[in-house]
Amino acid sequence: MIIMWIIKRDLLLAIRRQSDVLTTLFFFVIVVSLFPLSVGPEMNMLRAMAPGVVWVAALLASMLSLNRMFSNDYMDGTLEQMLLSPQSLSLLVLGKAFAHWLVTGIPLVIMAPILGIQYDLPAEALVVLTLTLLLGTPVLSLIGAIGAALTLGLRGGSVLISLLVLPLYIPVLIFGAGAVEANMAGIGFDAHLSLLGAFLLASLALAPWATASSLRVSLE
Amino acid sequence: MLQGINLACTRGDRELFKDVNFSLGTGGLMQVRGPNGSGKTSLLRMLCGLSSPAAGEILWCGEAIRVLNEDYFAAMTYIGHLSGTKDDLTVIENLRISSALSGYEISEDQASEALENLGLGGRERLLVRVLSQGQRRRVGLARLLTCKTSLWILDEPLVALDAMAVKFIQGLLERHLQQDGMVVMTTHQEIDIAAASIVQLQLA
Repeated sequence: MIIMWIIKRDLLLAIRRQSDVLTTLFFFVIVVSLFPLSVGPEMNMLRAMAPGVVWVAALLASMLSLNRMFSNDYMDGTLEQMLLSPQSLSLLVLGKAFAHWLVTGIPLVIMAPILGIQYDLPAEALVVLTLTLLLGTPVLSLIGAIGAALTLGLRGGSVLISLLVLPLYIPVLIFGAGAVEANMAGIGFDAHLSLLGAFLLASLALAPWATASSLRVSLE
Repeated sequence: MLQGINLACTRGDRELFKDVNFSLGTGGLMQVRGPNGSGKTSLLRMLCGLSSPAAGEILWCGEAIRVLNEDYFAAMTYIGHLSGTKDDLTVIENLRISSALSGYEISEDQASEALENLGLGGRERLLVRVLSQGQRRRVGLARLLTCKTSLWILDEPLVALDAMAVKFIQGLLERHLQQDGMVVMTTHQEIDIAAASIVQLQLA
C-alpha cells in the first residue's frame, strides 16, 4: 500500500532527524509555560485564559514545521518522483499530512493535559482540551499542507505560509478553545466538538486534493 | 510510441525552442543535444509530464499525455538532475521506498541484487549522506534495474559516473532497447549504444 510506504518513510526520516520534532514540541511547552510565569499566580485569570493560550501555542507550533513538509523533498528531487507516481498524488499527500500529524500533532496532544495543570484547569476541562486538540491538530496539518504546497520554492515562503494559513486556522481555534471554555462554564460542549469533527472531515476530503493540485503548479 | 508535435518552450519572455517535432518508436533511442541553456532539461520535463509545453502536444501511443496522466506515469521512468534520494535513508531503504512510490514494490533481495549489480554491494546499510556524488547517482539509477516501464527519460544519466559504471549503464540501455524499450536521454558525452533506431534531436 502506497500510503503505508510514505508514512513509514516520513516517520523514518523524522526519527533520523529528531531535532525537527523536538523544536516543535519545545516551542509549544515553552510558550504555554511562559504565560503563568509572566501573568502571575492569579488562579481565576489563569483558568480563564488557559484554553486560548494552549490553542494559540498549538497553532503556532504546528506552523513552525509546515515549511519543511515538502521543501526537503523538493530540494532532493524525491517530490518530483512522487508527482510522477502512477498512484494518486492526493493519497500520497494524505499520507504525508498524516505523518506530519503523527510527528508534530500527537506530541502536542500528549503534552497539553500536563501543561494544563499549570493553569489549574479542572480534570474534566483537561480531558476536553485533549479531545479538542485530538480533533483539531489533524486539521492544522491538512490545511497547512495546502499552504506548504503553494509556497514551495518561493523566497520568503515561511512568512507567506503564515499569512496564507493562519486565517484558515481561525475556525479551528475558535471552536477548539470554545469547547473548553463552554465546559468550564458548565454548558455542553458537544456542538463545539461536532463542528471540529466536521472541519476534520471536510479537510480530509478537500485538502489532499487541493494540495496535490498546488504541488503540480509549484513544480511546473 | 512517443510523439512530439510542434513543441515550444518559453522561459519568461525568452523563447527556448519552438516547432520541435519527433517520433520515437519501440526499440528507439532519442538523444537530445544542444548547448547549455538550450532547453534540454525543459524538454525532458515536458516529456515526462512535469511541465506543460507552451505550444504543441505530446502523444503517448496516440493519446495526449496530459489526458493519460497516471496511465502514462505507469509506463515511464524519469531520472532527472537531482538524485531523487534522501540523505537520511540508507541505500537500500531509498531504493525500496522510491520503487514502492513508483508503483512496484520490491523485496529486500531484489533491491540488494540491483545494488550489487551497480557496484554498491556491501554499502546497502550506509546512509546516502556518506556516499560520494557518483555513488548517489548509482543509487538513483538503480531504479532502472527494478522498474518494468518501457519508456525511460534520463537527464544526463552518465554525469559523475566512472568508466566502469558508464559501460554498465550503456549495456543496460542496450538491453532495454533490445527488449522493445524506449530511451530519451541527454548527455554531453559520446555514447556508443546499439539501437534499432537512433533519433538525434538538436536544440538550437
